[in-house]
Formats: sequence, C-alpha cells, structure tokens
Amino acid sequence: MRNTRFLFWFIALITIVAVIIDLPTSYPLKIHWKKINFETTVSRPFSFLQKYKVVKGLDLAGGVHLMFKAKMDEIPKENQENAFVSLKENIDRRVNLFGLSEAVVQTSEKGEEKRLVVELPGVADIAGAIELVGKTAELDFREEVELPPEATATATIYDVFSKETGLSGRHLLKAAVEFDSSSGKPAVSLEFNEEGKKLFGEITEKNVGKRVAIFLDDVPLSAPEVKEKISEGKAIISGNFTLKEAKGMVSQLNAGALPAPLTLIEQRQIGPALGSESVAKSLKAGAVGLAAVLLFMVVLYRGLGVLADFGLIIYALLTLALYKIIPVTVTLPGLTGFLLSVGMAVDSNILIFERLKEELKDGRPYNAALELAFGRAWDSIRDANICTLITCFLLFNPFGWSFLNSSGTVRGFAVTLALGIFVSLFTGVVVTRTLLRTFTKKVKN
Amino acid sequence: MKYRRLYFLISALVILPGLFSLFKFGLKPSVDFTGGTLLEIKGENLSKEIIQKSVEETKVVLNSQQKSSGNIVILRFSELRENEKEEFIKKTKENSGKDLEIIRYETLGPSLGKELLIKTGVGMLLAILAILLFINSQFKDKTFGTCAILAMLHDTLVMFGSLSLLGHFFGAEIDSLFVTAVLTILSFSVHDTVVVYDRIRELKKTNSKLEIEEAADTAVSQTMRRSISNSLTIIFMLLALVFLGGETTKWFAVALLIGTISGTYSSTFVAVPLLVVWKKLRKKNL
Repeated sequence: MRNTRFLFWFIALITIVAVIIDLPTSYPLKIHWKKINFETTVSRPFSFLQKYKVVKGLDLAGGVHLMFKAKMDEIPKENQENAFVSLKENIDRRVNLFGLSEAVVQTSEKGEEKRLVVELPGVADIAGAIELVGKTAELDFREEVELPPEATATATIYDVFSKETGLSGRHLLKAAVEFDSSSGKPAVSLEFNEEGKKLFGEITEKNVGKRVAIFLDDVPLSAPEVKEKISEGKAIISGNFTLKEAKGMVSQLNAGALPAPLTLIEQRQIGPALGSESVAKSLKAGAVGLAAVLLFMVVLYRGLGVLADFGLIIYALLTLALYKIIPVTVTLPGLTGFLLSVGMAVDSNILIFERLKEELKDGRPYNAALELAFGRAWDSIRDANICTLITCFLLFNPFGWSFLNSSGTVRGFAVTLALGIFVSLFTGVVVTRTLLRTFTKKVKN
Repeated sequence: MKYRRLYFLISALVILPGLFSLFKFGLKPSVDFTGGTLLEIKGENLSKEIIQKSVEETKVVLNSQQKSSGNIVILRFSELRENEKEEFIKKTKENSGKDLEIIRYETLGPSLGKELLIKTGVGMLLAILAILLFINSQFKDKTFGTCAILAMLHDTLVMFGSLSLLGHFFGAEIDSLFVTAVLTILSFSVHDTVVVYDRIRELKKTNSKLEIEEAADTAVSQTMRRSISNSLTIIFMLLALVFLGGETTKWFAVALLIGTISGTYSSTFVAVPLLVVWKKLRKKNL
C-alpha cells in the first residue's frame, strides 16, 4: 500500500502548512509564573507565509466609507434611471466581482442629486480605493499624425496622437494581468471582440513602423511602435505599473467604462459595526458546537469516530488557511457559514461508517468490508455532492452569462460553498480513508 | 410507507400556517432590500451608550453605527423622517451634554437590488432543471428527479412560511443572509434525498422483483441512522450558534435550523412517499 503511505505524509505536510498559515502572524507570549518572568513576541515561521492574513469584513474591522456624486447632466432624462442602475452595477463589479470582498455599494439620493455610497472592508490604501471606484476608465486608441515641421517643437502628446481610431474599451472582450516576459514587470493584456479584432487588425496594418498610443481617461498610458499587423485581436499595455495599478486597471476595464463620471464628495475611515464581543460569542458557540460534534462521532463510532474527528479538524484547518490565501473576506455571517460547513463535513464519514457497519454485519472480513464500504458509499457521496455543485456553478456564473449574477454576495456564497464541499470531500474521503488504512490495519491484523 | 398519509398530513400541517401567513402578512424585508436613512453627526461624547439611549427615547430603528475619526459617527436607520431626525438630534444633545453638527442626512437605496433577487431566482430555476436532468439520467427514471425536486419545494415553502410567521410575531427580517440560508438548505435537502434514493436504486438492482413500497421501506430503515446522525451534527452546531452566538446572526441560524430539520424530514417522509405514490399510480394506469 505504497500509495497510502505517500498520501499519509502528503496529508501530514499540508496540515502542517495549514496550521502555520492559520496561526496569527505574531502573538505576544507572556509567562509570569513564580520566579519566571518571560515576555516575547512569537511570530509565524517561514517569512514567505507571513503575508496570509484574515481579511475581516466591515462588520468586524471596519474599513473605508466613500461617497460619490454622479454627474448625470450629459445623459438625457429618460435614460438617467437606467444609467444610474448600470453605474451602480459597474461599481459593484469593480469592487466585488467574486463576491468575496464583502463590499457594500448603495445608491443614495439627496434631492435631485444621485449619489453612490461605497464601503470597502479593511482598506489601508484609501487613495487606491478611490481611484479604483471613481475613475471613469475610458480606454481608446489613437494614431500618430504627420505634423508640419514648425509645430513639432511645441507639439504635445495630444497633438502628435490626435487621430482617433474608433477602437475603444467598448470593443474589449477581456483584460487580464500578465507579466512582461523580458522585464518581469506587471502588464495588462487586452483581448478584443470580433469587431475590435478587425479594427485592430486594420489599425496595425496601416501603422507598421509608426506608433499607436493607448489612452485611459485621456491620459496616455503607452505608445508602442507597431512592428507588424496583429490579427488575433490581442495587445499588451506595458508601462511602469505596480501590480496593484495593473490589477486595478484590469478591474476597471473588465467592468467597463462608467456611464457617468463620478466625483468624490466624502471619505471616511470607519470602525467596526460590531464589537469584539459579538465575534467572541460566535467563536465560543462554534467551539461548543464543534466539541459536541466531535464527541458525538466518538460516542457513535468509537475508534473510527476518533479518526473521523481528526479528519474534521484537518477540514477546519485547511478551509481557514484557504480563506486566508484566496482571500475570502470574513464577516460574522461568513463565520457562521463556515461553522455550519464544519457540521456538514462529517456527512461523508457517516455514510462510509454506516456502510462499513453493514458490511461487517454481513460477516465480511474487516479489510474487504472497508474497501467495499468506500466503494459503495462513494456513489451516494458523489451523486449528492454533484447536485450541490451544479447549484454552485449556476450561482457563481463563471462564464459571465448576463442572465445570471455577475457579482455580489450570492456569488461569494457559491464560492465558499463549493470550496467547503471540495475540502470536505477531500478530508471526508481521502483523509479518512488514508487514516483508516494506515491505522486500523495494524489493529485488526 | 403505509403511514404515508400521516406524513403528508404532517407536512400539510406545517406548510399551511406558513402559507397563510405568507399571504396575510407577507415577509418583512430588511434594510438590505428596502434601503434606509443615513445620518452622519459630529460631536463630542457620542458614545455607543448615549446613541443607544437616544434611540430608545425617540423609538427609531437603528441598524448600525460606525465610528469615524474626528468625533464623527455614521448612523444607519431603517427610516428616519424629518421630525424623527429632529427629535433624535435633540435627545442626543441632551444625553451627551454637548452640541453636535449634522454633516449628512440622506436616503439610502437598497444594497441588494431587485436584480440580485431576479438573477438568483433564474440561477436556482436553472439549477433545479439541471439537477432534475442529472438525477433522471443517473437513476434512468423520471420519477426520482421529479419527486426530489418536489421535496425541495416543500422545504422552500416551510422556510418562507416560518420566516413569515417569525417575522410577524418576533420581527425577524428577510435579509441577504436569509437568501443564502435558503440556498444552503435547498442544496442540503437534495443532497439528503439523493442518498435515500440511491439506496432504493441499489436495492432494486440486487432484487429487481422488489415492489417499490418494500424497497422504499427497507431503504428508509437502512438509511435512517445515517440521515439522523448527519442532521444531528449540523443541528448541534446550529443550536450552539442560536443560543450562544451573536445577536445579528441569530435569525440566520434559526432559519438554517428550521431548514435543516425540514430537509431531513422531507428526504425520508416526503420524497420517498411521493415516489411510492407516483409509481403505484403509474402501475395502476398501465
């Protein structure tokens, strides 16, 4: 059973990594006992794992509160309501695309004025947040013109690149962050739709040897020289971007240009809406619930129950580590959902153990019963979980179909639910099976 | 399954008051759906206790308060009319003993729009369809999928019905958490039902002459322990959260608790009897 040995050590390894990530980044350690007075700060080992922290939601840690005014005068009155709704949805996509950031976007009205309230949890960089939300993000491409010799001395970049091409952010299919192959610096890659592909092909064909400039909100980003015609409809904008700038730009480009410009009218740093007592209460409740579940498994299945309990603890450790890595913003309800998933994670174990009891009652030898139990229980486990995963898929909407949600809390829910299922399948089936095969063989033989 | 009439009666007894309440009282939507009022004030001595005192004295509904730097507090109310605002400001000045300045007073729109509900609804309908097709293909039989979905609908009605009753008598509100609770329970319900159906399928595979009612009875008694054990682990966790956990997630945990009990009940006592009844009807009509 070399496979089992390998799996066992693999599981042990990832558990240890998970424990390290789960530990607080630094913890003050004070020992005052009799004559021993010892104070130090214990920090997490392995500095490359230091960056994984829990991102706490608005209710637990506060964040930044921004209010913007929307300039609607250039939009005809009949379209204003629709434009305002799509403005809110755009901002929602920019700040809360995967539903994991737990940002709050609300409309607000003061008389005739249309405003937007945006609250972002735990944001240390307010300027960056304002930039991400408030920037209109209008992308367009412009061609170089031949200037008369007298004008070249005083020409600005706007004069040089004054020929509009018609290619703009509207033709964008997708933007993504990439790393420049030679310099390793962050860059933004663009993929155009059918119309954009054609346009881009024409533009590059016409301008070989000349430069084409890329402007964002009328500010030049970069003006690369066109080496050849590009017909695949892909381009890369490289400039001196930091990773944060590149990510922000990608967010904005993907969400699209704002239908109306926004101006910031207020910004505040806000504290948590809930006191630490609420969190402490829920954590205590979770601990009690967990203890009840662990005890229950041992009472019902004795030795096997203990192994299942290990699997459950590993589940909690792995899931928490993943929340820190992705990161998933943790709010109090999110914490409740996580605790609930811990209660549900034992299901596969229970299915296997009940099956095992049946096979043993039928008189089969232990090892054969074990393997049969795994095999037969797996069919039910698989079918049942596929149904839930189908639901998660449709609620998460990975292909971005417009008739399904494209941002927000429901999407985040689908992600955390799916995550919980995958991890619980791993711990409930693989981990339990490995532990059972490793330990019980010795006992029964 | 000979008691199936009893099971259907129990389901009806649980669902009907809920349905009645839904029609008569409806659901209480929270600020997430209705929007509210934002009041930002600046003043010294605006502690949580003083704000709370003013809230109680003016009988307004405060949803959240957030402190900001510079003696500023941002308050969100369910609805704060002009006269209520004036009253609240007056009381707060009295209670804090200091003057205060109103920085912002505006109406907030909902943070969860209709769009989210509609799209989530579309997602769920498609999911139900996909699950139906999946179960039918796995079990090679249209009745299994249909009855599983009917059991899921049963649980949905129980959840909405109870929330309507809880809302009417205890003030429980429907917020974004409830939406996620419903989605969680629906997945759990189908999950639980599939496990029982799976056992029925297995029994019929090994003994094809088995009558549906007998197979159902055997399957239920065989999977009962597993079903209850699984639900108990979830219920332990939820009970701890309802009684020991924070105030803001109480109704969320209660909704999940009701849903879990309903989901477990429906897998054995709704999904299975429905299947038996349907198949027997089919046989009679042949």
